[in-house]
Order: sequence, then structure tokens, then C-alpha cells
Amino acid sequence: MKRLAPWLFIASLLTGQAFAATPLPADSVYQLHVTLTDQDGHAQPFAARRGQVQLVSMIYTSCTMVCPMIVDTMKLTRKAVAEPGRDKLALLAVSFDPERDSVDALRHYAAARKLDMRYWTLARPQPKDARPLAALLGLQYRQLPDGDFNHSSELILLDTDGRIAARTSTIGRVDPEFVSAVNKALEPH
Amino acid sequence: MRVWPLPLLMLGALLAGPVAAADYAPLPGGTFTSVLPADGKAAPAKIAPFRLRTEPVTNAEFLAFVKTHPQWRRDQVAPVFADRRYLSHWAAPDALGDALPQQPVTRVSWFAAQAFCESEHARLPSWYEWEYAAAADARRADARRDPAWRERVLQWYSRPSSQPLPVVGGAPDVHGVRDLNGVVWEWVDDFNALLVGSDSRDQDGADKMKFCGAGAVSMQEKENYATLMRIAMLSALKAVDTTNNMGFRCAKPD
Repeated sequence: MKRLAPWLFIASLLTGQAFAATPLPADSVYQLHVTLTDQDGHAQPFAARRGQVQLVSMIYTSCTMVCPMIVDTMKLTRKAVAEPGRDKLALLAVSFDPERDSVDALRHYAAARKLDMRYWTLARPQPKDARPLAALLGLQYRQLPDGDFNHSSELILLDTDGRIAARTSTIGRVDPEFVSAVNKALEPH
Repeated sequence: MRVWPLPLLMLGALLAGPVAAADYAPLPGGTFTSVLPADGKAAPAKIAPFRLRTEPVTNAEFLAFVKTHPQWRRDQVAPVFADRRYLSHWAAPDALGDALPQQPVTRVSWFAAQAFCESEHARLPSWYEWEYAAAADARRADARRDPAWRERVLQWYSRPSSQPLPVVGGAPDVHGVRDLNGVVWEWVDDFNALLVGSDSRDQDGADKMKFCGAGAVSMQEKENYATLMRIAMLSALKAVDTTNNMGFRCAKPD
């Protein structure tokens, strides 16, 4: 390891983050150190998504009930967001079934659902990280004996620093209040 | 095996204080009739063999953990992982004060409990694992049909929460596990998903179930009020919450 300049060392002690430009807000979901692997097999820390405004939800790809509706609602919501902010809005669906949702499964799902991968990311956490991530996002799931899941269905808006700016449990249609929150988060500061 | 010089060994013993490696007892698992049917109707839970910490995690053990994992000190923890009352009964971030070393640690969030278990190469038990383990008494793996078992479990609920917590080390059950009933509430891995509706298309229904609890969910073993109360309590919590009586223990695969 390279030797750190003393002032950097002190700064890292003070902020707890050696190299980030600005410290992560204490209420950021990026405080959780988890690795997400996307549909192309790229693994990176969840916190690498810092800087993007994004809609996040958790699904599992073998789900035939509400998950396709969650994905559709994310699409619809993005469509309802005002230009030009819309182009900066990222969509992230994380699997809470990483045992079965391999990188291949994610890629097939993206193709089957015709997701535009310019702004979509499908990702799987490591199995041990699914539950903490869901807890942090305020999402609930429970596996049933047949392999399906009971789960809550919500869209969550994360600001550029990973703070939860808004959430909606309206699925199947656009929630106007939620769209306003997305528009606001996308406004230049 | 490596032989350590004696002074170093003594130093290690001093640093470790009264905290010894935790004991885990093997539980055989099997088919278990939970108060919460696995499919929302009547299916029994299938529980794989696992090992369970014989005692809840104590103040002394959790203190040793925050000393080696300072990000979990109460003055350093990120607020997304624990509310403001986290470990607030300790005298200082790194000192127990009046909290007894052998009392179960409480005022710990689910995230903190999970991180502790990870440090022991373990995890939190699932609800089914916990409920199955807690069904035992000194002689039977499932004593729930015995009115005396129910009476004893219910008795604890009537103890005022203002009373100081007992120390760990109650009588072992048939598996060698102690203090599952009667000392503290305990976190489980899936604490917040127990009452999620069985058909996720029905958002409205899921909400009703969450808030109507025992009335709405098809629960079995309805005579086990104590267990139902525990489910209702767990379901009302968020992962950052800490309470006076909420502790935890860890589990490991067999």
C-alpha cells in the first residue's frame, strides 16, 4: 500500500472515507457495502451508482405475477417524466432471488421484457446481501415452499447521493405525485 | 498448532475479557407446524438442520464486537443502520456502565444484529428456525401442546418492561439452547416479511394483512397467542429500530 500523506490520513479519519470527493450523507443507502452484478456480468459496488437519479425496485425474474407490472410501471413512470431530465433517469431492478437469478437469467429477462439497456440495469446481489438491501430500501419478501415469493411492490426514487427521495406503492399505472418527485430530483441544482 | 509466547497469551486473555467463543447447539429441523403456514394456507414449514447460538448475545459480547468493528459504535454508526436509541443504555460508546456484561444486549437494530452474526461467521435465524427452536422445553422438541409451556411463555409477557433484564443462562432445553422464551425479544432474518400477503398482485390485501395481523392472516395454532404476539411485534418493526427488550442470537448452517 502507498503511504498516505499525513493530512489525507487525518481527513480519512475525520470523514471515514479516504478518497470520495464529498463524504456520503449519513442517510444514504450507499452506506451499505454490497456488490451488484449486472446482466452483462459486470460486478461493482452499489455505491458506484452514486451521481445518478434512479428508480429502484426489487423483483425476481421467475415471477409471473406482480414483477412484470413493477417493471412496466418503472417504464411508464420514466415515460411520464419531463424532458430533458428524463435522459438522466436510470432504472434499476435488483433481484431478491440471486440463487436462481444468474447473470444469464437477468440477460434473458432484459431481452424478453425488451428493456432499453441504455438506462436499465438488472442486477443480482450476493445471496447474503439481498435481505439487508431490501431492509434498507424498506422492501419485504418471503420465500414460499414452491419457490415463489411473497413480496411488497414499490418503486423507490434515489437522489444522486443515494437518499430515498420518494416511494410509491402504486403499481400498474403512473402515480402523479411520484412523477413530480422524480421531476424535482432531476432539476439541475 | 502455533505456540504463542506466554505473555502474548495473557495479553490476549486480558483483551478478550470474559468473552469466550460462543456455543452453538445442533438442531435437527424437519417438518414443523408453524403458526404461520408456509404457503399462507396450511403448509408446514420445512426446516433444514442448523445450529443455534445457545444463548442470546450479551452486552459483553456486543461490546467486544464494537471494539473491533468501530463502525458499529453508537457514536459512529450510520443512521440508515440504527436509530438514535441504539445502545443508548450503555454508559459510553465503548463502556457498559450499569448494563451488566451477562445481560442480553438490547437496543440493537436488525442491521447491527446481522453484522454481529456475520462477525461470528453466522447469520440471524429465520422465523421458522426461531419458532421451531422456541417450541422446545427441557424434555420435548415440541412442547407447544402442553398448557404449562404456554403458561410459562405467556407469563413473561406479563412481566413489566420496566424491570431490569435477567442475565442469560437459564435452564437448557432438550437441544441445549437457553433463554428463547422469557428473557428478550429476538430479531430474526425475515422479521419484516412475515405478514406480507400471499398474493402480491393484491396490494390492498397485503396492506390489510399487515395491519390486521392475526385477524387477517390465516394462522394456525391460534391458541399460541404468545407466538402470534411475537409475529405482530416483529412485523411492526423497521430494520433500524431498537427497543429496550429486543436482542438477538445467531444461527449457522449445520
